[in-house]
Amino acid sequence: MKKKQQLKILSEGIQIQHDTENLLIILSGDLRSCDCVRIVTEVQEYLTSSIKKIDFIDDGLQTWDSSLLLILYDILRLARHNQVSYDCSHLPQNLQDLLDLAFAVDRRPPQKTSKKQDFLENIGAKSLVFRDMILHVIQYIGAICVAFWRCLTSRSIMRYIDFLSALDDCGPKALGIVALISFLVGLILAFVGAVQLQTFGAQIYVASLVTVGMCRIMGAIMVGIIMAGRTGSAYAATIGTMQVNEELDALETMGLPKIDFLVMPRLLAMLLTMPILTLLSDVMGMLGGAFVGVVLMNLPYQEYWKYAFDAFTLNNFLVGIFHGFCFGFIIALCGCYCGLTCGRKADSVGIATTQSVVNAIVWMIVVTGIITVICQELGI
Amino acid sequence: MKKEIAIDVRDLTIGYGDYVLLHDANYQVNKGDIFIIMGGSGCGKSSMLRVLTGLLLPKKGTVIINGVNMETAPQTDIQKIREKSGILYQSGALFSSMTLAENIALPLQQYTTYSPETIRELAHLKLALVGLTGFDDFYPSEISGGMKKRAGLARALALDPDIVYFDEPSAGLDPISSHHLDELIIKINQSLGTTIVVVTHELASIFAIGTNSIFLDANTKTILAHGRPQELLKHPPHPEVYQFLTRGEKK
Ligand SMILES: Nc1ncnc2c1ncn2[C@@H]1O[C@H](COP(=O)(O)OP(=O)(O)O)[C@@H](O)[C@H]1O
Ligand SMILES: [Mg+2]
Repeated sequence: MKKKQQLKILSEGIQIQHDTENLLIILSGDLRSCDCVRIVTEVQEYLTSSIKKIDFIDDGLQTWDSSLLLILYDILRLARHNQVSYDCSHLPQNLQDLLDLAFAVDRRPPQKTSKKQDFLENIGAKSLVFRDMILHVIQYIGAICVAFWRCLTSRSIMRYIDFLSALDDCGPKALGIVALISFLVGLILAFVGAVQLQTFGAQIYVASLVTVGMCRIMGAIMVGIIMAGRTGSAYAATIGTMQVNEELDALETMGLPKIDFLVMPRLLAMLLTMPILTLLSDVMGMLGGAFVGVVLMNLPYQEYWKYAFDAFTLNNFLVGIFHGFCFGFIIALCGCYCGLTCGRKADSVGIATTQSVVNAIVWMIVVTGIITVICQELGI
Repeated sequence: MKKEIAIDVRDLTIGYGDYVLLHDANYQVNKGDIFIIMGGSGCGKSSMLRVLTGLLLPKKGTVIINGVNMETAPQTDIQKIREKSGILYQSGALFSSMTLAENIALPLQQYTTYSPETIRELAHLKLALVGLTGFDDFYPSEISGGMKKRAGLARALALDPDIVYFDEPSAGLDPISSHHLDELIIKINQSLGTTIVVVTHELASIFAIGTNSIFLDANTKTILAHGRPQELLKHPPHPEVYQFLTRGEKK
């Protein structure tokens, strides 16, 4: 051959030899964990417009891994792109097979369409979604009312065993955590109040403060938050998982009302247990306050209880219990609703669970506001 | 020629709690084999795979993979074996919050020292190998079931494994997709020399790809047959095996 041949070592085991028209890539030895990107860029520099053909030579290639395959694959892609012909027939058979496999495209990806909406369109679309959601919620509440009626006239298909297990879950099993948290909240309330009241020498009113605070609202709110996190989220997760497993579809096609079957047992259990848990919370909160007052601040035992009971009024107590009842309704509704509207993907259940807790807490606060205003108007 | 042994299972007993699924199983998988674990539903095929991949501890017996005893060997050796084995789960088990390329890049980032560019290119190559060129930026939820399995296979192949395990690769696939997957398994086995262990009860696959197999039986809780699937069909060692391989014909 007359043309001048140049030899260049790209890296250990990979050599390149070229003249004006041909590029020869010689592979030898152990080619694992190669620096693919650098080698391919260097080869690219040799691929001048005059190069017509690339040859690969196996000069005692021993071991190799994906990084060598990647180098060959990228060089061949470059060659195809620049319309340079190549010859792999001197490579080991299995490398050739793999390269064939990598180039055997049997399916082209569909074009991803990302339609960009303008501002007004966006508002319109969002409003429609919002309207649908409102309609859906109204429908849901309507369906629950109908299910209630069926329940009262004992035509419901609710399974009592479901009801009992739901009752067990939000009754006895929740007692411990509710008692502990309420005791601590009573304790905190007493501490915070005591610091302020002490400056007036009126420590004894800690007793009234804790009683009114716990009975009127704090007891119900604490129980609501605990139950939303503990039970409402469990409802959403259980029903959401049933959605993912197509169990809800099965109920639908069997003509069984989902509300009767899934929502009613949970809702009834919540409505029954929440007032009782609120009662427990009130008592434990007062005990927590008493612990601070009597044990830590050395207030006289009998005087403390006298003030505590004087501050206790039936109205406050009943308003608190009513709050608990409403919160039970909200938690069960939000939990079941998020479960029933759960998507079918792997992360859907997680989203539904989060949604249920967030919604329940937001609606509890909203309802507290409404009840407070009504009570104010009625002078309760 | 004596073949090297990739997986050596000795006196293996598998079960959950007091419940025994399979007792005193003995078998070997040669390097470069496509080894089929077959048997009826619930006979413990997936559990066997969980034992081989170290997700489930055997009740008794030993599993030796590439000469490393998976129970007594030091943790570093076991970790190396794990890096060198890929698993394709029944539904692909791709991480839904990542694109296909990111799914494949994950083990590469964890276990190799390649630069991010190289890792991206490698992920592209692995996807190309399983016929998914150009799907790098798709999310698992945007592709079909068959493509998810291929992508799962690409992830299993990310670290150039010595052994790849498949759990029911053709479950839920149409005949054409499952045929393509079988072809892919054969090509990868032949060109990379990878040892492949497949759990399946798909007869077409068993005969198309299997070079060796065992048959697990739920009643006797033992391995009822061991050998090349075609041979087992010709000379069934047990009526149960014949029935399985002929979709219920009685002999
Ligand atoms: N985590 C587990 N705990 C208890 N029993 C299990 C567990 N996983 C599976 N099993 C039982 O083991 C048996 C075999 O399961 P598996 O290995 O999945 O069977 P196959 O994959 O062959 O259908 C089944 O009867 C199943 O109920
Ligand atoms: Mg299985």
